[in-house]
Amino acid sequence: MNSHSPSKITNRVVAAIPALMLLAAVLVPAPKPANAIPAFARKYGLPCSACHIGWPELNNFGQVFRDNGYQMMNERDSPITRDPSYFPITVRITPQWHRESANNQIVDNTAGNSENGSHPGTLTTTGFDLSGLDLWFAGTLYKNISFSVLPSSDSFANFHFENAYVRFDNLLHTSWLNFKVGKYELDLPVSEKRLLTLSGDGGFYYIYHFTPLNDANPFGGIGDNQLGIELSGHNTNSYTRYAFSVVSSNDGGVGLLYGLPAPPGESGQNPAGRTYDYYGHFEQGFNTFGNGFMKVGAYAYYGFAPTFFETSAGTPIYGRGNKSFVRAGAEWKWYFNKFLVKGVYLHGSDNAFLANALDPRIDTLSSTQHAPKWNGGFLEGQYIISPQWIIIARWETVHMAQQADTSITPGNTGNLNAFTIANRWYPFMFSRAGLALQQEYSFVRSNGVTNQGGAFGSLCTDAGRSFNCTIGSSSLMFGFDFDF
Amino acid sequence: MALSKKITRSLILAAFGVALATPGVTLAQDTGASVNGLTGNAEAGKQDYRRWCVGCHGKEGNGEGENAPYVDPRPRDFTEALFRWRSTPTGTLPTDQDLYDTITRGVVDTLMPTWRPLTPQTRVDLIAYIKTFSPKWQTQKAGTPITIPPEPPQTIDSVLHGRQLFDQMQCWKCHGPDGRGDGPSAITLTDDKGEPIRPYNFHDGTRFRCGETNSDLYKIFMTGLDGTPMPSFADSLKPQDAWDLVHFLRTLQPNVQSQSRTVWLEYVKTHQGQIKAIGAESAGQ
Repeated sequence: MNSHSPSKITNRVVAAIPALMLLAAVLVPAPKPANAIPAFARKYGLPCSACHIGWPELNNFGQVFRDNGYQMMNERDSPITRDPSYFPITVRITPQWHRESANNQIVDNTAGNSENGSHPGTLTTTGFDLSGLDLWFAGTLYKNISFSVLPSSDSFANFHFENAYVRFDNLLHTSWLNFKVGKYELDLPVSEKRLLTLSGDGGFYYIYHFTPLNDANPFGGIGDNQLGIELSGHNTNSYTRYAFSVVSSNDGGVGLLYGLPAPPGESGQNPAGRTYDYYGHFEQGFNTFGNGFMKVGAYAYYGFAPTFFETSAGTPIYGRGNKSFVRAGAEWKWYFNKFLVKGVYLHGSDNAFLANALDPRIDTLSSTQHAPKWNGGFLEGQYIISPQWIIIARWETVHMAQQADTSITPGNTGNLNAFTIANRWYPFMFSRAGLALQQEYSFVRSNGVTNQGGAFGSLCTDAGRSFNCTIGSSSLMFGFDFDF
Repeated sequence: MALSKKITRSLILAAFGVALATPGVTLAQDTGASVNGLTGNAEAGKQDYRRWCVGCHGKEGNGEGENAPYVDPRPRDFTEALFRWRSTPTGTLPTDQDLYDTITRGVVDTLMPTWRPLTPQTRVDLIAYIKTFSPKWQTQKAGTPITIPPEPPQTIDSVLHGRQLFDQMQCWKCHGPDGRGDGPSAITLTDDKGEPIRPYNFHDGTRFRCGETNSDLYKIFMTGLDGTPMPSFADSLKPQDAWDLVHFLRTLQPNVQSQSRTVWLEYVKTHQGQIKAIGAESAGQ
């Protein structure tokens, strides 16, 4: 029997069939219906893909729905029109396998003993893991009155209120007058809470959270949800939108404290100041060729943070000596055919006293102490193969223009470039739940300090030349992102 | 050898089948669509349909999407090419503009939202794809839109004549004497699929499913709502009569400001005892 005998060929072909079927299944995703965030999909019977480019990122239809206060404006929005059994809740979590790695990290010469010196080395860790959990309630209370409550936990199940607000829409019968009060995501140029990338290094926008090394400003960034009140408005297709917020100067902290609650076992929060921060965002869209539309816009955050505290028996009561900081920039988004390209620019600067932790009552600035300034931005592209399959790529950069104290921090410390690529596939979806299979790789090169997202956080150590080396950090992730 | 050929042939056929099922194959029944200078592309519309419409209207366009059992009223069955909101005479296909207007406007008090957030091109692409679901679009042309004469003044005479017509033509049997959609026949009504259907409630509604203007309401009388018990009165109503009916129906809407309602309320103040109840003669029989 030669090697081309019918039985051998048959056996090979038969053996190849499962592999071919698997290949076909991978290369040609079945065109099944796509659906989306279940809380609203259940209510309106629409597929998730109606409101999302791929959940959780909104498309323009979803943006209009959100801008209308989670209403279709079709006289079917008030809960009184719904089946009494309808309950607006969504749960979301991402079981995953991931690998985190960073070079030029401090590695002890003797494992378990830091007193025997250290050397720069690469640290890598890997394994199965969980993301945090979102337990999201959102819907309408009445016509033109809606709410959102999102208790969210880290992967250790330490919960906090990611958002909680009530919203009033179409005041004076116009879509140009809506407001909400509570804790919410600022109306950012590109929502970080709806980001399609999830890995340790790629699961956030650096520019939204960047703080220079040795900058004492406690503000966590405009990416953090804030507590306050927002006035907003939009036209019928949300091509023209505005939002203006007045928020407490405490980075979204509750209990009049600054920032998120400290996890158990860690030190608590500082008290907040008694001032308010201001944020404004305007964007304008217009139709373009390629069956697309473009949006351009600008935004600015003007905030304050304390430089010292009023005390009682030595205990800080509230912050004083507030000094200002600014985050401002512009956006550009272009949807055309199966592509979405978006770019956001940000300029940041902090008051010199605030950044250098100086008490303006008693301290003066030295010749090396300045108001730190930096510029950053990202460019993100998405190829939407189908409502169930999206490929995402992003480049993000931050460059320091001025360090807080040039005698301590070299000029390029903190500069970073981040690259993220992800494949997000929704293999099957039913009208009441969603599952996404995500493969993602993110790589960050940063000067002098590990980027602010990965698993490691030590200063750059290159044979003792602290700050003067480059750190390469990466995240690799395979996740199963589901919500119900 | 014969067996291997068979398997090879099967694989080729399977690959061909996969290719057919893959987006990118030209749609056989693409008749196109054109609205406001935009030309629809059914192939692009197919992707858009998957994204936005398939959940209710179904992959086959037959109104049997996975959410359809929970949707009331039921989603439109595109395979019948039977559309309610048209500018064309009863029994004819709607124009592309009619379909575009319905998609843009949505259908109030149903789960069909306004799709104004979609780009105009996307909406026209959707129309091109929707038209592939029925062979009617290949064998028939859209009807010629009816002519809507200029609206006469909203006077009390016009309102009273409209009220008289509403009574005589027994519109109230379905829509109810007060326009609340609760006439004696209302409970018996079904659409062409045998599904229960409710007459429009003028009293509570502020927007019509066909639109918001008086012209939109006029159109309903003259075109009918195909697939529902609401017939066309094009053969029995003169244009002036139809406008009078429109003006009367506006008086049934307490939540909508209109000249017709204003003159009617003025009239009621001074003629309270002289106004005969609608449906009184039938009730006495």
